Amino acid sequence: MQTVPSRLAGRAMTLAYERRTVAENLTVAVPDHSFTIIIGPNACGKSTLLRALARLLRPTAGAVLLDGGDIQRRPTREVARVVGMLPQSSVAPDGITVADLVARGRHPHQGLLRQWSRDDERIVAGAMADTGVADLADRPVDELSGGQRQRVWIAMALAQQTPLLLLDEPTTYLDIAHQVEVLDLCARLHEEQGRTLVAVLHDLNQAARYATHLVAMRDGAVVAAGEPRQVVTAALVKEVFGLPCRVIDDPETGTPLVVPAAPRRTGNRHQPA
Amino acid sequence: MIVLRPPGGRSLRLRPRALAVGAALTLLAVVLGGLTLVGVDRPAPDVPAILAGGGNPADRFILLDLRLPRLATALGVGAALGLAGAVCQSLLRNPLGSPDVLGFTQGAATGALVVVVLGGGSLALGGAAVAGGLATGLLGYALVGRHGLAGHRVVLVGIGVTAILSGVNGYLLTRAPLTDAARAALWLTGSLDGRGWVNALPLLAALAVLAPAILASGRALRMIELGDHLATALGVPVGRLRPLLLAAAVALVSLAAAAAGPVSFVALTAPHLARRLTRAPGPNLLPATLLGAALLVAADLVAQHAIAGQQLPVGVVTGVIGGSHLVWLLAVGRRSGRL
Repeated sequence: MQTVPSRLAGRAMTLAYERRTVAENLTVAVPDHSFTIIIGPNACGKSTLLRALARLLRPTAGAVLLDGGDIQRRPTREVARVVGMLPQSSVAPDGITVADLVARGRHPHQGLLRQWSRDDERIVAGAMADTGVADLADRPVDELSGGQRQRVWIAMALAQQTPLLLLDEPTTYLDIAHQVEVLDLCARLHEEQGRTLVAVLHDLNQAARYATHLVAMRDGAVVAAGEPRQVVTAALVKEVFGLPCRVIDDPETGTPLVVPAAPRRTGNRHQPA
Repeated sequence: MIVLRPPGGRSLRLRPRALAVGAALTLLAVVLGGLTLVGVDRPAPDVPAILAGGGNPADRFILLDLRLPRLATALGVGAALGLAGAVCQSLLRNPLGSPDVLGFTQGAATGALVVVVLGGGSLALGGAAVAGGLATGLLGYALVGRHGLAGHRVVLVGIGVTAILSGVNGYLLTRAPLTDAARAALWLTGSLDGRGWVNALPLLAALAVLAPAILASGRALRMIELGDHLATALGVPVGRLRPLLLAAAVALVSLAAAAAGPVSFVALTAPHLARRLTRAPGPNLLPATLLGAALLVAADLVAQHAIAGQQLPVGVVTGVIGGSHLVWLLAVGRRSGRL
């Protein structure tokens, strides 16, 4: 892991909320130009890790390094030009239109006397086109469906034009078709624009399918990290999630596919007497 | 949307509708202000001549020492309340998060009442009002905690604090000598009667300093409406900015209370009306400021002339307007599931 170049990494971090310590001595690196996905059971600290990487949570020990320097020492605005972050289930202000919301992604590049440059205009239009929401530009965000709304938020994060983009559970509350749509979009952005993407996901099979780099966490520690094929094994799923399973090849992509084991049935229940 | 791009890489983004609303509100304030100066029941003969230094002494007194400072106080108080209300509602992401609901206004009133009871000049009154408002703000901040700033908690804590402070204010009134108590009771409803330059100037000076600073952070406030995490990720130092903006809003509300008493509901109402008029998302700081100023001058005209031969305190008029607006807001908000 040390040999892979990494602009964003956490070193020996202790992550804690006011009274609760979530992780201790946590070290993790995001390989450049990867689509890194963090998985793990509920409350394993994966969203907390993402917040620390985005400079939204200050580690009580250790540090997050951005380009080799402590991210906490960099001004908020400067970090916002390098690292973008989409928190879980954001709420749009009442009545805001799609174009308005996406345009807000330009904030770290703007100023009091530089409110809307030609670059801003071009980049916002591009972000809406890339996410397929250009047709919705003048619609109020609160009238959109869940999947459309999530694409609008991603467009806003794209308009920020950061080489690194962190997404906290971007598929929560979406139905399966919209989940796939959002993940396909992320994969395309990663491939076509060469951005480094980091996402927290719940669904192990989706993670294995889309990630180029997978980080498996449990109880605030990284259990395994690497290519999905190396990470997702029956033994690891048992260790991380406590779930007995078989791992087969995904018939669509050849990536690992986790099939939970069925509980053994004795065969004599519910039998007619 | 109009975009101006003068040479030198600068660019400005303007909404035509917001511009029109701003111009209309300014015009309204000017017309109503002119009406206040000229007078409705006893017209001063020649306002421009008196302002230029002419006129007879009696007319000069009425205009320069009575009507002009009263108008200046009304404009200042309305602008301060409108601006502070817009800042608070935006920071707390809550349409009810206005300074009067949060208890800042009552806190300022308590500070001022202490001075009324103990005896002291206008400067002490102003100082005590600001101290009372800021102390209430700090208390509320401590009670709510760092994490619960958005949402119902703030409003509930504010209602509790307001209730406690009304009790304190009532107690202070019983301790005051009878004449002072009568004056204080009038002051507590919010009144512009007999306001002189000594009332208007501290507020206008504070507005001259704080209003440009607050207006310049309008862009950051717009980001904070997206949530603390997202705003931070978009480059706004929320943790540093929020206490500063809250303190500035509390200072404006407190100085407004020192100048005219705790005039109710302008801070709650003005930002809503401004947003409805401009139809623009975001804090609408400047429209809310202008609307607050126009609203208070209008309310004062009504207060002076609604009942012939009798002057109402302006706070009664804003209370009736704002109270109805609050009820309407709760009804509509409940229906759309936002409150």
